[in-house]
Amino acid sequence: MSAREEILDRIKSALRDSPAVPQIPRNYRRETDKTAEQRLGQLVDRLEDYKANVFVVPAAGAPARLAELLAGCASIVVPHGLDPQLLSALPRTGTGDAGTLAVAVDSPERPLTVAALDAVDAVVTGAAVAVSETGTIMLDGGPSQGRRIISLVPDRHVCVLRAADIVEVLPEAMARLEATAPQTWISGPSATSDIELERVEGVHGPRTLDVLILT
Amino acid sequence: MRIALFATCIVDAMYPRTARATVSILERLGHEVVFPPGQACCGQMHVNSGYFAEALPVVANHVKAFDTDDYDVAVAPSGSCVASVKHQHQLVARRCGDGALEARAAVVGARTYELSQLLTDVLGVTDAAGQLGSHFPHKVTYHPSCHGMRLLHLGDRQLNLLATVGGIELVELPEADACCGFGGTFSLKNADVSSAMMEDKAANICGTGAELCTGGDASCLMHIGGGLSRQGSEVGTLHFAEILASTLENPVTAAGNVQLAGARR
Amino acid sequence: MSNTFLGMPTLPVFGRGNLNATEPFPQAAHRELGNAQLRANLGHATHTIRDKRLKVVAELPDWEDMRDAGSAIKNATMAQLPALLEQFEANFTARGGTIHWARDAQEANEIATALIRETGETEVVKVKSMATQEIGLNEYLEGQGISALETDLAELIVQLDHDKPSHILVPAIHKNRSQIREIFLREMEDVDPALGNEPARLAETARRHLRKKFLSAKVAVSGANFGLADTGTLAVVESEGNGRMCLTLPETLITVMGIEKLLPSWSDLEVFMQLLPRSSTGERMNPYTSLWTGTTPGDGPQNVHLVLLDNGRTAALADEMGRTALNCIRCSACMNVCPVYERTGGHAYGSTYPGPIGAILSPLMTGIKSEENNSLPYASSLCGACFDACPVKINIPEILVHLRGEDVDSKRAKAKVPTQTDLLMKGAEWAFSAGSRLNLLEKGLPAGRLAAGRAKVIKKLPGIGGKWTQSRDIPAPPSQSFRQWWAKEHGAPNAAAPGTTGEGTISEGGRP
Ligand code: SF4
Repeated sequence: MSAREEILDRIKSALRDSPAVPQIPRNYRRETDKTAEQRLGQLVDRLEDYKANVFVVPAAGAPARLAELLAGCASIVVPHGLDPQLLSALPRTGTGDAGTLAVAVDSPERPLTVAALDAVDAVVTGAAVAVSETGTIMLDGGPSQGRRIISLVPDRHVCVLRAADIVEVLPEAMARLEATAPQTWISGPSATSDIELERVEGVHGPRTLDVLILT
Repeated sequence: MRIALFATCIVDAMYPRTARATVSILERLGHEVVFPPGQACCGQMHVNSGYFAEALPVVANHVKAFDTDDYDVAVAPSGSCVASVKHQHQLVARRCGDGALEARAAVVGARTYELSQLLTDVLGVTDAAGQLGSHFPHKVTYHPSCHGMRLLHLGDRQLNLLATVGGIELVELPEADACCGFGGTFSLKNADVSSAMMEDKAANICGTGAELCTGGDASCLMHIGGGLSRQGSEVGTLHFAEILASTLENPVTAAGNVQLAGARR
Repeated sequence: MSNTFLGMPTLPVFGRGNLNATEPFPQAAHRELGNAQLRANLGHATHTIRDKRLKVVAELPDWEDMRDAGSAIKNATMAQLPALLEQFEANFTARGGTIHWARDAQEANEIATALIRETGETEVVKVKSMATQEIGLNEYLEGQGISALETDLAELIVQLDHDKPSHILVPAIHKNRSQIREIFLREMEDVDPALGNEPARLAETARRHLRKKFLSAKVAVSGANFGLADTGTLAVVESEGNGRMCLTLPETLITVMGIEKLLPSWSDLEVFMQLLPRSSTGERMNPYTSLWTGTTPGDGPQNVHLVLLDNGRTAALADEMGRTALNCIRCSACMNVCPVYERTGGHAYGSTYPGPIGAILSPLMTGIKSEENNSLPYASSLCGACFDACPVKINIPEILVHLRGEDVDSKRAKAKVPTQTDLLMKGAEWAFSAGSRLNLLEKGLPAGRLAAGRAKVIKKLPGIGGKWTQSRDIPAPPSQSFRQWWAKEHGAPNAAAPGTTGEGTISEGGRP
């Protein structure tokens, strides 16, 4: 007998008493009625609690705010599907000149190497949806977010989120996601509680998380 | 109301004062107390030690003693024993394949109350000084025993009753909800861990500056009091029923190691 | 197998690997209790996490609803496990993943080794996983010439110190910051001797130590927190980003997961991703959760494997009273609140799974008769704190008591000379199964009173009672039992009119 058959047989034999399949009581909150403003406020509060830097700006002001945020950077990476408008205010007149910024574009067809990603100062991505109650931003590998690796290797992650994509509770967010898409749920910069169960930020993932929320 | 007292084996044999206090409180409220004579023990020592076969006759005895129409509700001054009557008896009967006993055990369990539950939920006692004449002018701290807290969900019932006793000064026990380490035969089988838990509980009690520690389970109080006594502490333990029963005219004294001393007087 | 003629394997088939206590719990506990530093470290850590958990749990108005849902989903999973495993397999495979089945630890180790060999690599990075800990994968690989590098900070600390994990979430919980600093200085190359013991500095040191390894790793080994049957999706829940590194950078990913980790559907995850982080690290959400389904072209490892592990899980499932132990999502809340764990630490339990869940899961997986695991169900005062904390409402105290029963029965079957406990229980059965018998026994109370002497305190009991008097006195018994007093007051039992127990009677007991 193959291991597969044998294990399945063992399970069936273990369940010979035919335990009932219970009804699942889903009395927990699956949708909520917080206003957009409340959700925004809650998300900012949660993210700041995780020691992320949060900036709320009107969509029209986003390019300028982003340029300001990236002022100290020499190089960044962006996924191929990031809204080009966002990058329109960057001092991007060629590469290598003083005060200018090299922008590398990563795509599944033209992926950057790990070494190249390790060398950039920051990554700028979009986000699929965010959960205000838990302070969680979800990336699902869509064109504005790119391959999972690009938001991981650079030491700073600048995430641009539309306020319209903020929901309050996790079930609302998951309903908007495709299960089989490669996902990363991010709640603050990397952290550990492994030393005396006290949380400290900054381990292997990006040590800085900037969240730019566009209203 | 006709109330059947389940004294519990440890109170019956070691702390009769606690049962007498319970009777006294209920009679002051104008109720009639009966003592089903066949009663002995709830059997949880057997069950919790894994001796189900030996537990069965003990459980059957309890059910037989209390499965009568001779009373309205039953009461015991112990969260642990009431939890056993309410939850374990059916389990034991089921495990031993005695369906009839299981059904009768369910009926008995449903009629059985822990003392603070009965006083608060059924008899409507909200003011111990006013309704029972309770008076106990001492500094007291309170340990909520695990089974009352987690299996019966007594919440603050015992504490709220104590708070309304005349003259009492209640001080909060740090880490009150931590187990004292008794655990029945756990105190023998894992005596070292049990003692370590007891020592932390004792230290917290002594740190409050209270004259004594009260609670709702004689077994835990015996464990804690036994430890305090061994350490030479002057702080004693006393069941909350005795505090409720104490009055201006007939006070219970709180000098020395009360619960230990209680049995000797 | 000789029994296949039945068409069904003989159950239960128990698990092997790092699942056994090697000495009785009381003995191990005695030793660990003597380690003052350990107790201080554990006390500090468990109290920190308890407060955090209570705070974030209290924030949610529907926490109990979530626990109810979580518990029901897991029960539903177990009831339909064969079908769900097949559904998961079909979905995971359809998206380019490969599934392997392992009957026990040995088979899982062999599968993982063969998969690593195929890549030609001799070094793998690992993200913390209980399943690989349970099967002893690291040690096995070492014997095969493959080195496995733990990348979770706490696992790294334990590995560098050649120690064993003592907690399922924070394996180095028994070490404090100064001890961790010393380990880093001793075991890592290029560590600045001026390194301080601030957790942030220590975490940074770990980052530097592992970064090169991550960026060049070709093979990673992981566990999984959840597998979703209806989509074939796997989830890893973590904090540091080492999980993301392992799950996305290498070419080959080998995941080892127990068969009980499934959830029926994607939407069930919405319950567990609320229950788990708040119960484990006491956070609203853990920093990173990764989800993958087979392979995704151009994104992450393209050679993706999953080893589905039994190793005694079916034995636990066969125990109707104990099977809910498989519902465990390894949050560690039960051990964080356990007064026994808090004082003994995880090593005292021997198995990979310590604390209250370990005390039931280990003997369920290995059988109660295995080595010293029969002492584990007694490692609890049955205070119930674990049941209260468990996000999937596993009634650990009830299962502990059930397993004590199994242990008593299995020893009874051996029909040896009865132990002191056996005799105590037999005697108590006699005394407690009739009021008249207890009454008879209680007539002996004055004798006990006499034995207690003038101090009216007993300081030393013989036999097993000596375990009591090692740290506690016992009061002298009263001169008469309650039942004797009642009979005197009321004549024949219950014959007297009410009201005869006036206030005065209590003071008789209260005054010296
Ligand atoms: S038994 Fe419950 S509390 Fe303990 S680790 Fe498992 S899920 Fe968490």
